Amino acid sequence: MMASNYNAKEEDGHQPAAIGHGGAGTVKNKKPDNTAFKQQRLPAWQPILTAGTVLPAFFVIGLIFIPIGIGLFVTSNNIQELEIDYTGVDMSSPCYNCSQSYSWNSTKPCLCSVPFFLDQPFESNVFMYYGLSNFYQNHRRYVKSRDDSQLNGDKASLTSPSKECEPYRTSDNKPIAPCGAIANSLFNDTLELYYIDPNGSRTAIPLVKKGIAWWTDKHVKFRNPGGNDNNLTVVFQGTSKPVNWRKSVYELDPSDPDNNGFINEDFIVWMRTAALPTFRKLYRIIHKKTNMTPTLPLGQYILEVTYNYPVRSFEGRKRMILSTISWMGGKNPFLGIAYITVGSVCFFLGIVLLIIHHKYGNRNHSADIPS
Amino acid sequence: MLRRRLNRLFGRDERKVDSRTIYVGHRPCPTTEALIPPKFCDNRIVSSKYTVWNFLPKNLFEQFRRIANFYFLIIFLVQVIVDTPTSPVTSGLPLFFVITVTAIKQGYEDWLRHKADNEVNKYLVTVLEDGRRARKESEKIKVGDVVEVVEDETFPCDLILLQSSREDETCFVTTASLDGESNHKTHYTVPDTEKNLESLSATIECEQPQPDLYKFVGRMHIYRNDQEPAVRSLGPENLLLKGATLKNTQKIYGVAVYSGMETKMALNYQGKSQKRSAVEKSINAFLLVYLCILVSKALVCTTLKYVWQSRPGQDEPWYNQKTQKEKDTNLYLKMFTDFLSFMVLFNFIIPVSMYVTVEMQKFLGSFFISWDKDFFDPEIQEGALVNTSDLNEELGQVEYVFTDKTGTLTQNNMEFIECCIDGFQYKYADSGTELDGFCVTDGPVSMLQQKAGREKEELFLRALCLCHTVQVKEATGQGDGVGDGVENQVDGVMGLDGEMIHPADLRGFIASSPDEVALVKGAMKYGFKFLGMESKNMRVMNRNNDVETYELLHVLNFDPVRRRMSVIVRTKSGDTMLFCKGADSSIFPRVRQEEVDRIRMHVERNATEGYRTLCVAYKLLSSEEYDQADTGLREAKLALQDREEKLMAVYNQVETGMSLIGATAVEDRLQEEAAETMEALQGAGMKVWVLTGDKMETAKSTCYACRLFQRSTELLELTVRTLVDPERKREERLHELLLDYHKRAVQDAPPIKAGVTRSWSSANQDYGFIIDGATLSLVLNSSPDSNSSCYKSLFLQICQNCTTVLCCRMAPLQKAQIVKMVKNSKGSPITLSIGDGANDVSMILEAHVGIGIKGREGRQAVRNSDYAIPKLKHLKKLLLGHGHLYYVRIAHLVQYFFYKNLCFILPQFLYQFFCGYSQQPLYDAAYLTMYNICFTSMPILANSLLEQHICMEVLMDNAALYRDVAKNAMLRWGPFLYWTLLGVYQGLLFFFGVRFLFSNPALQDNGQVFGNWSYGTIVFTVLVFTVTLKLAMDTRHWTWINHFVIWGSLAFYMFFSFFWGGIIWPFLRQQRLYFVFANMLSSVSAWLIIILLILLSLLPEILLLVLRKPRGPHSRQKKPVVQSGEGETQSPRSSARPLLMRTFSDESNTIL
Repeated sequence: MMASNYNAKEEDGHQPAAIGHGGAGTVKNKKPDNTAFKQQRLPAWQPILTAGTVLPAFFVIGLIFIPIGIGLFVTSNNIQELEIDYTGVDMSSPCYNCSQSYSWNSTKPCLCSVPFFLDQPFESNVFMYYGLSNFYQNHRRYVKSRDDSQLNGDKASLTSPSKECEPYRTSDNKPIAPCGAIANSLFNDTLELYYIDPNGSRTAIPLVKKGIAWWTDKHVKFRNPGGNDNNLTVVFQGTSKPVNWRKSVYELDPSDPDNNGFINEDFIVWMRTAALPTFRKLYRIIHKKTNMTPTLPLGQYILEVTYNYPVRSFEGRKRMILSTISWMGGKNPFLGIAYITVGSVCFFLGIVLLIIHHKYGNRNHSADIPS
Repeated sequence: MLRRRLNRLFGRDERKVDSRTIYVGHRPCPTTEALIPPKFCDNRIVSSKYTVWNFLPKNLFEQFRRIANFYFLIIFLVQVIVDTPTSPVTSGLPLFFVITVTAIKQGYEDWLRHKADNEVNKYLVTVLEDGRRARKESEKIKVGDVVEVVEDETFPCDLILLQSSREDETCFVTTASLDGESNHKTHYTVPDTEKNLESLSATIECEQPQPDLYKFVGRMHIYRNDQEPAVRSLGPENLLLKGATLKNTQKIYGVAVYSGMETKMALNYQGKSQKRSAVEKSINAFLLVYLCILVSKALVCTTLKYVWQSRPGQDEPWYNQKTQKEKDTNLYLKMFTDFLSFMVLFNFIIPVSMYVTVEMQKFLGSFFISWDKDFFDPEIQEGALVNTSDLNEELGQVEYVFTDKTGTLTQNNMEFIECCIDGFQYKYADSGTELDGFCVTDGPVSMLQQKAGREKEELFLRALCLCHTVQVKEATGQGDGVGDGVENQVDGVMGLDGEMIHPADLRGFIASSPDEVALVKGAMKYGFKFLGMESKNMRVMNRNNDVETYELLHVLNFDPVRRRMSVIVRTKSGDTMLFCKGADSSIFPRVRQEEVDRIRMHVERNATEGYRTLCVAYKLLSSEEYDQADTGLREAKLALQDREEKLMAVYNQVETGMSLIGATAVEDRLQEEAAETMEALQGAGMKVWVLTGDKMETAKSTCYACRLFQRSTELLELTVRTLVDPERKREERLHELLLDYHKRAVQDAPPIKAGVTRSWSSANQDYGFIIDGATLSLVLNSSPDSNSSCYKSLFLQICQNCTTVLCCRMAPLQKAQIVKMVKNSKGSPITLSIGDGANDVSMILEAHVGIGIKGREGRQAVRNSDYAIPKLKHLKKLLLGHGHLYYVRIAHLVQYFFYKNLCFILPQFLYQFFCGYSQQPLYDAAYLTMYNICFTSMPILANSLLEQHICMEVLMDNAALYRDVAKNAMLRWGPFLYWTLLGVYQGLLFFFGVRFLFSNPALQDNGQVFGNWSYGTIVFTVLVFTVTLKLAMDTRHWTWINHFVIWGSLAFYMFFSFFWGGIIWPFLRQQRLYFVFANMLSSVSAWLIIILLILLSLLPEILLLVLRKPRGPHSRQKKPVVQSGEGETQSPRSSARPLLMRTFSDESNTIL
């Protein structure tokens, strides 16, 4: 800075000598280390992508992707899927009445049965989904309206749920368990499936409700308060059921203590908020009985719906989906098409590049790699 | 600083009106009725910015003035106040970190300034107070104090010299730290002041402080026992400047006239303002673009949100009721908070981490400069010094180089090379070399063999010994390096004498010009030794060791217009002789033609070799002639008006009809590899301007030697000399010349394509422009009424069309003015100043990049510079190597950062269309926070520190590669658009790829479905991999660190995701990611989509890489040929003498 000592320029030849003498003795050698790092001379690999190196890659990608794509496409096409909209928008649909005369307080459940015909037998395990449309499970106010520590069995949170649960936090000055908008809006339609024999008799299809939720959710993330105390009624004493629920959380599945309370699988599945406003959630699984008969033989079926869940107010739709599952999950032709497309594009680019490379290759070759 | 500026801005006019009156020694004067002590500022120097008290508010204020910091502060406040999707910690913590680190750094720097200030302000000086000598701290000196300064001390303030310990009422001063002139200057006491300073009663009237070092006007009234006060005029020769050092004079007394911040030095000091690099400006521009993107995104979302909500059942479906508070909120307030929430949600598009990373990159990157062993100079045992890390990349963008001459281009170390007496060449060299057909061996021997008459030889040597203003500095007992040098040199000549170790040999010479010292020493080599002055008598020891004395009658001083100097001496025998030496062009017309013919060849050959040549002539004056000259000179010297002109007339009259005796050749040694460095800089497309305080001739020859002027360069000269025209006013002449030059250099020049190599194409005429300080001030400060306001732009246009501009006789502030002018010219080019002396400080501070050379002229320049290097030659690597790499690195860093955050945030934006515009984040909070901090920061940091897209050696060898990145090439809108489009493409791809996959969320083979967090995690995984692999593809220089960091951070991402989702975290309110990542990996579809999307996003990049022309040796251009036979095109008007280029890199011992 300005205000420091103003060294005059010494007579020529004088100062360097003086510094040279004094510097060597007193000042420690400030010579920078001659390490590869400090001198920016670390050994380095210097790859250069040229047409020559990339060309094979394009072909390889093309050759790998196209078969994968075809595989995916075929797999997806082999998946059998049946979708039934039972919302009851049309006058003609069986659930029209139920969808119109809706009231939360009605004690009498509204039942409707939707007949459908299966023109192809479902050979392997069949997964039964319910689907909702225009239901914003991913709305921010909705997504955050839950208390995971309450669901994890935390006693303190049970009695005083998180503020995030507002306005579904307390009811009648009692804490709601489970609190929050997600729990409150638990999907509560009951779906039952009957096979109509050609002779006219109805056979109930056994629907398995185990294994529909993630294993970790069921066994770690969701815990009933009070550990293994089976008397959930006592555990949940002092709490209130969610306002829109008909029954308390400990009455979700009284028959099976492993599926009751917070660890009820239907509840857990619902609590995993969907990514998009149109979504499906796993409802039941129909296991294949023997190797001989198909899980669902072709024929006439009836879907019995206990219509509880109102969606008309927000122009939503309700669906029931029956689907088989492959190694890639449910039916989705997108992945296969995408792979085939990308593979073809790569292959095509490879050809184009090959042509370019052949035509102008000489020029590119001369300028290959900077040392 | 600010106060001073304000004063200068607003107070100038009122101050100019009055002059200041100073009472010497604070004694009232008889004439003044009452002593009103005038208020002057104290002698405190303040260069620090903060005090303990105002540091925090002032520093915070300064920091939040930066657009980025302010923006983050706003975001942080919004997060605190409004219910936003992300926590305030995510932006508050990094901001706090950045602010704190910067504050600590700036506080430390200011503390250093305080320390330096104190060092000066607390320095003890001796002040005469009421007849007593009192020791005082420097800052307590008041205007009017009489101060005592002893030898080798610097003056604590601007003083008027009252008394000197030298009997001739002079003192010697070096102003090296002020204007860079290392020679000793003679200053004079005010004539006829009393010897007894205590009884001196005087007032000084002088102008108000002004920064021009060479101007001072004042009057001194001396009151003596009720007599009429005597008036003495004061000029710059009476003024001792603060910062200058007293030399060769035991002590002086002076009265303080300007103190503290009003001293000329302080006025010449420019506050060190924060320098911003062009890259930072680009960043700010991009930032604005992104800010616009951000705001428009938020606006779009807010608007759509309310449009969407207006549909029945959407705003508040039964399953998703609002809280009472939300219902109560005013609609417009809600809209506003929604807008702010969107802003916060998307604010990651401008991440605070970019600033942290850029700062880190700059800070760490600058270590490579100080670590570089190529910058290490064994002579001073030091390497390069980095004072600011903010400007690393600016080193790769330099368009104009302003260089000091003395000590920067040259070593300021003159050496006598040879002389020519009466047409015969004498070369004092160790090895006999054949030159001009003469066999030249050791000096004295060869002299006897040659035909030049002994009288001529001795006359010539006597002339060298007499015609100068050199002082002899008596050696001190210990015999310093200077004396040793002399002795060694004398050795060979006086070897026969027994009394070689004569005390008088241990002496140094002090002169106003190093050439003179070189000449005197040159004469000594041949046996004539100047012993010094003894009361107007010059003593010379001749070859026979006899001491001859000459009475010095007159010195006809050197001036740049006459370009010669003379002395008139009287020999013992009573003869009066005039010896004259000067530039050939000024001597030749004044001597007989036949003598000229014999010597001209030698002079020209010497000039061709880059030496500074002087011709020596003499004249025997008859007593009448002398009397006439004597009276003429005396009269002229006493003249009060037009003294200069009158003196000049007498000089011209006396210096005629001389006879030429010989010529000398002196070499001003260039710095090592100066010419190569300059050539490389020009090859890299930089324009080199030489700004020097030195004489024009000297500077010009240096320019030739440095190959800044080529032999084909046509010189346009605009100096005092060319402006001298008896018929017209200077203004008119200036106007005419400017127009003429403009026509030649600008209008007639063929239009040049930008970026095309110009200086080497043979078709174009190179122009060199020369201007001096006086003319420059005429150009810059010309009166507004005349049409001269266009001078400046004319001048600038001419300069911009010249390959080299030489500005000589520059005051420090003028240097800064020039730099400023170029800096602010069209296209605001990046300027670099390099210098080694305190006179370069102002231009070092003014330029975008200031480089200090750790030379001999003190550490002023080094301290004020941004980078300091030991030698000029290091500039080449600093700019072409480091600068280029840093620029490429940081440009890539900046573009990459914007890109990676665009494709990070775009899916989040798109997600709003699918979640009811509810500000639902796509990614988990941990991912949002960690993305820029952990997952993607290290690879780009490592890349921006280690990347060498072209390796250092290649960059150094091909200066033209520098042009590839010129004009901020990598940060212009084109590349920015490319990166932005890439980001948009990839962002769209990520989001919609996964969107289509999620049209059936049953992605596991057990039929279970994925939720919104799985969606985000898949997108995020694709994002992290794509962004990292994109960087991997850009990396051309894979060291183990790059490998480690790139693969390491991908591995870290995987590990972190497992870990984060593997535990129920007790401190989290929501376990959103619990086992989401593991479940994702168990799904084949997720794997397939990830692979597909990564590949597809990188595909265009791969294609471009393949199709783009490879860089590197391809652009290696063949080295420009320096001389391509352009000599024929040389203009006859050119004042350039043809010069053969010499390399000056050979280092021989320096002599004095």
